[in-house]
Amino acid sequence: MNKKEYLKLVKEITPKEKRLSNSLNAFLVGGILGIVAEIIKMILVSIFSITITEAIGWVLLIYIFLAALFTALGFMDDLAQKYKSGILIPITGFAHSITSAIMDYKKDGLITGVGSNVFKLAGCVLLYGIFFAFVMAIIKVILYV
Amino acid sequence: MYNFKNIYINDYYSLAGPIEKKSNLKKCDYFIEDYYFGEKTPEKAESKMQKIVIKNLIKDERPDLIIGSDLNNQLTATAMSVVDLKIPYIGHYCACASSASMLITLANFIMSKNIKKGLFIISSHTLVAEKQFRFPVEYGAPKPLRSSQTATAAVGIIVSNQESKIKIVSGLLGKVIDSGIKDVHNMGAIMAPSAVDTLIVFLNKSNTTVKDYDLILTGDLGKVGSEIFKAVLQKKYKIKINNHLDGGATLYKNFEYSGASGSAVLPLTLVTKVLTNKKYRKILYLATGTLHSTLLVNQKNSIPTLTHAIYMEVGL
Repeated sequence: MNKKEYLKLVKEITPKEKRLSNSLNAFLVGGILGIVAEIIKMILVSIFSITITEAIGWVLLIYIFLAALFTALGFMDDLAQKYKSGILIPITGFAHSITSAIMDYKKDGLITGVGSNVFKLAGCVLLYGIFFAFVMAIIKVILYV
Repeated sequence: MYNFKNIYINDYYSLAGPIEKKSNLKKCDYFIEDYYFGEKTPEKAESKMQKIVIKNLIKDERPDLIIGSDLNNQLTATAMSVVDLKIPYIGHYCACASSASMLITLANFIMSKNIKKGLFIISSHTLVAEKQFRFPVEYGAPKPLRSSQTATAAVGIIVSNQESKIKIVSGLLGKVIDSGIKDVHNMGAIMAPSAVDTLIVFLNKSNTTVKDYDLILTGDLGKVGSEIFKAVLQKKYKIKINNHLDGGATLYKNFEYSGASGSAVLPLTLVTKVLTNKKYRKILYLATGTLHSTLLVNQKNSIPTLTHAIYMEVGL
């Protein structure tokens, strides 16, 4: 049995991921989170009489805070296991990754532990987010000058 | 292949975590309720688990040598747990294959009459392994179905030349094999070729067939790996085995994923399920391990794998 035959055998036996049901699950949960956010936004606008832009900022803050809180309380990872990416893709994923890294490394010291590991997972979002924002800005300058 | 004379397992002690407790592991000596076990970090908890096992095994006569292993960087947990004992120590790392290579090393020390009695300690902790090999503990990356979960357990075994029911008859150190697989989630597929290779070499060298054994016990192939292991044996060597038991595939009940992994799974299965079962007299113990690190996986190398074998007989 050569390597190619072995890889074929492995592919046959390894259980297939339920991609369709996972995506549907993530779509529904992510969608519901979006609807809830919209409702919170409308409530904020009507009760505190702030502008829609301000209300959006507050909704994001609430979501980020809840994701960090649920991570610290220890059930955010179980929710992510169950509802897949639907629960992580809204802004919650970033807060979740940072909080979980801090919790892991808090005992390793503020500089050597938390400081150097806090962006272990979220670092790539920051780096490529800033990089592509820069690229888009250059494109915009070229197109509009 | 190494043939041993008068090498016996005299005593053993096992400790396991909360999920293992739920899986009806009746013969285990001690269960911890919480992963932190009263300590501030999971590494210290793993070390405390090892300390409890060691304390229960060192009674009157102290061992001449301790050989220990875990899955942490530079065997941190083991180093912390043996520091107060004042007994010569070697750390040993062959990932999940360590249990067999450690027993073979101890047996060789005793055979050469350099020591009389040795203590073997091995542990794995799910949170420590998550942090070491995967993501931060609380990070919820959805797991694929082929992945496994590191078991939380610590097992200690006393090996000496004093006669007892359990005899270590022979051992074989396996060769490192390139599995050709880069997907670290599929550990069963990584380890299966090496389990097959060591099994075939062992059978050839000892002039036996799989039917000569009551049980062929593999480490942590999981459900996926066990199936691949049997399929390769069937297709390549026309060997069909009915007396196979895999520690990882059977440790957790109603488990959605492939099974349990970790260096303590196999010794835990041995001392809680196999040695306590009178059905099994001739046991072929195959400790399977994947020799991966995050560096090796991130640099997209195919993962090397290793299996060591031990043949043990249980008397009446």
